[in-house]
Amino acid sequence: MSTRDLSGHEDIEIDATLNGKPLKRRVKARQHLADFLRQELELTGTHLGCEHGICGACTVLIDGRTARGCLTLAAQISGKSVETVEGLTENGMLAELQKEFIERNAAQCGFCSSGMLLTAHELLSSGDSLSRADIRKGMSGNMCRCTGYHAIIDAVEAVMTTRARR
Amino acid sequence: MSHSASQATGIGARIPRRELKRLLSGHGRYIDDIKLPRMLHAYFVRSPHPHARIASVDIEAARRAPGVAAVLIASDINSRCEPFVGVALHRPGHRSAPQRLLAADRAVWQGQPVAVVIADSRAEAEDAAELVSIDWQPLPVVGDQLQAIAPGAPTIHPELADNVAFDFLLEKGEPAKAFAEADLVIEEELRFERQMAMTLEARGLIADFDPSDGTLTVIHAHQSPFQMQDVFSRHLHIPEHKVRVTAPDIGGAFGMKLNIYSDEMATVVASMMLGRPVKFCADRLESFVSDAQARDHRIKCRIALKKTGEILAMEMDDIGAVGAYGMPLRFNVAEGMMAITIMGAPYSFENYKARTRSVYVNKNLIGMYRGVGMPLACIATELLTDLAADKLGIDTVEFKRRTYRPKSSLPCVTPGGQRLETVSFHECLEKLVAMIDYDALRKEQSEMGKRGVYRGIGIATFCEQTAYGPPYYGPSGAPISTQDGCTLRLEPSGSVRCITSLTDQGQGTLTSVAQIVADSLGISIDQVSVSGGDSSISPYGGGAWASRGTAVGGEAALRAGEMLKQNILALAGTITQTPTHALDIVEGQVVNIRTGQPVISLAEVGRIGYFRQDTLPRDYDTQLSVSASFVANDKLYYMANGVQASYVEVDYDTGFIKILGQWAVDDCGRVINPLLVEEQVRGGIVQGIGAVLFEECVYSEDANLLNGTMADYLVPMSNEMPDIVVAHVETPETSTKLGAKGIGEAGLIGAMGSVWVAVNDALKPLGAKVLHQPFTPERVLDAIARARDSKRDGQVQRGD
Repeated sequence: MSTRDLSGHEDIEIDATLNGKPLKRRVKARQHLADFLRQELELTGTHLGCEHGICGACTVLIDGRTARGCLTLAAQISGKSVETVEGLTENGMLAELQKEFIERNAAQCGFCSSGMLLTAHELLSSGDSLSRADIRKGMSGNMCRCTGYHAIIDAVEAVMTTRARR
Repeated sequence: MSHSASQATGIGARIPRRELKRLLSGHGRYIDDIKLPRMLHAYFVRSPHPHARIASVDIEAARRAPGVAAVLIASDINSRCEPFVGVALHRPGHRSAPQRLLAADRAVWQGQPVAVVIADSRAEAEDAAELVSIDWQPLPVVGDQLQAIAPGAPTIHPELADNVAFDFLLEKGEPAKAFAEADLVIEEELRFERQMAMTLEARGLIADFDPSDGTLTVIHAHQSPFQMQDVFSRHLHIPEHKVRVTAPDIGGAFGMKLNIYSDEMATVVASMMLGRPVKFCADRLESFVSDAQARDHRIKCRIALKKTGEILAMEMDDIGAVGAYGMPLRFNVAEGMMAITIMGAPYSFENYKARTRSVYVNKNLIGMYRGVGMPLACIATELLTDLAADKLGIDTVEFKRRTYRPKSSLPCVTPGGQRLETVSFHECLEKLVAMIDYDALRKEQSEMGKRGVYRGIGIATFCEQTAYGPPYYGPSGAPISTQDGCTLRLEPSGSVRCITSLTDQGQGTLTSVAQIVADSLGISIDQVSVSGGDSSISPYGGGAWASRGTAVGGEAALRAGEMLKQNILALAGTITQTPTHALDIVEGQVVNIRTGQPVISLAEVGRIGYFRQDTLPRDYDTQLSVSASFVANDKLYYMANGVQASYVEVDYDTGFIKILGQWAVDDCGRVINPLLVEEQVRGGIVQGIGAVLFEECVYSEDANLLNGTMADYLVPMSNEMPDIVVAHVETPETSTKLGAKGIGEAGLIGAMGSVWVAVNDALKPLGAKVLHQPFTPERVLDAIARARDSKRDGQVQRGD
């Protein structure tokens, strides 16, 4: 009978897609995705604010949906596609949001911004027309301690309006 | 006429923080993003007890754990660092016990570091820390301020006679007589629970001591690299010129990253002992138990008035529970002293009595956090005056109009000792009243009330001390510099490099400095790069804290800009054989001042100034790098002010409070960048709303923290927050050329005041008052139940 290593030190092989490129790696069973991205791959644009799923700073996209990088084990991304702020910046998917966030100074320290941008990206992806209250609700899983949220909501609204006009 | 480049990007322009493009691409370099070669990681074993004797510490198993480089305890570390004694020399009677880096034989708060594990990775350090075995013997706990001053209370520091750190009395005029003669006295007891700064990025540093040459480099997520250069040098006995502290991108600070922390100091000692870089970055739980906390006050306050509404006197009696030690360098008297000295400042009155006590409890240290004691003063003042006006049948706005200190009385010194010179209470109020359409809002409130929907309007006036000067910190004995400095260098290509002593944790101070430099030189901001936060390269300075960065560092930049401009014009005049006074710089060109015609480009001045000095007259003194420092050496502080309004709805059945509207009119002196100022005001407002409605470090009676996660410690998220309207009145500071005062804390101070008053306004129909912050639904319902009970008792008595 084989005994399984329950310490979390066991290595697990993952085969995933990261920012559009194949990723094959051995990861520690206990390492969460955000630590894996930051420590092993040096993708430090994904930030850690609480490491228990509340603040949203570690938000990434898994198969196109937002997920908490701190509540996802790296081992769980096998067979999935993960996108981070770095990848979505390079492929231009965040460009409109980034432009509006910057023009409105919808960030101060910038520590929450990766998560804010990815959450906004998902929120607007349906193309639905959202009220300001809808946007406030949709963004309320991401904490910003510097701004008054007002400029963030303005920026998301502006992108939505621009897209609706097209 | 088209705007020139400098007007478009200079003082007054709306320009986003220039670092945002980089930060929003995920390219920030925050402390935990940085790796150095051979770097080790520190993790602290902390006391699980608020107060306990340490009978023994066994670190042998931890030492043998995988990846561990060292496990250090008090006997390894403490003797290498001079202890901290957080006592202000200019406050007679102020006492604190010396604080060592690690608890040796006794821990005095839950979270105090006891041992540090240094390992190849953070995970290995945490694993090994599990193996440290400590024999704890719990001791009696002092849990709050009333326990601390109760007769027979255990004494936290046996070398002090009792738990009182500081006791200060203030009296002006004849308050006792005034209260005796008053037509109306309103008296309340207010409670403010402990809260956190809750920066999204927790604290952190990388200490890198090189034993080969004895130099210490610290990359520190800190607001004041110069302060820390001094602290590391002084306490660790390293010659100051061999200490360099730099600030990376910082994920929010709010004063909390201005304090001195024993775990951060111990990280530096570990690097010195091991001769390798050591990183310590707190996680969220560590942040809950070790970041300097704020507030924790009980305040009794009262006001005496004539029937006419004239204020005769005020009183405040404050007790703050400041934790287990005096905060090094920043002390533990600031919240209480600010509260009692700023109490009532916007209003005319002559008689005042106040007392503040700081007392030690077995809790984490209270330190600097946005607003310090100013919101407490604002809340007490505005709540009492609002309740008094209501009792006297005077509308609160009318009361303010009549009772604010008139412009004609300026400059003046308030009974609390505040010097008011250029404040603008009336202008701010009138602008606010127009902005919120006050009469219509009152009408709506009254109509909704008839339908059983209870709304409240709160208007709060505040004073904000900004940019403290040397008379403030100097006499305390703390080596805290309130000057700032700036070096400007014309590059050969004609652009300008600026090196400021300031830091930037998101406020946009470096962007403001770029605007000021661009403006003073007559060039576009695109031609100016600014770097700051490095104690080894710029002139000496303070950094960004106490709403001071732009006001002080901006003035230094302005003066450096004027100096560099004169040197450039002198050189341009020499090159072109034109008198200097006939030249100016416009849009990056040296022009003839009369005709506006270009005379020579800055690039050509730079080329000749750096590469062809041989073409200049013999002994020509070319100075294209200049430095300026600035401090207002006679000022305790500048005084900003403003007025805010909140419109809230209180659900009498659930106790829930909804913020329907929030408005701010702020006077921070000259506004350098309205875009940055407005969102900083809004950010402060949201923190202020959070403080009043949500934020509390919940402790058990015996000082165990019960809510050490962000799921349990609530902060404002976008869904609960309103849109916020911000407007400005600009009354420039007259003692500087720039005229900026400061903006960092204004939003929070005013919002805390206006939300307190608005919620209590919404409870007036019941005669209920909620006076215990945060206003959780439970506390609101308790207040409503108390009011209903006392009304029922009253009816029963009348029925008898």
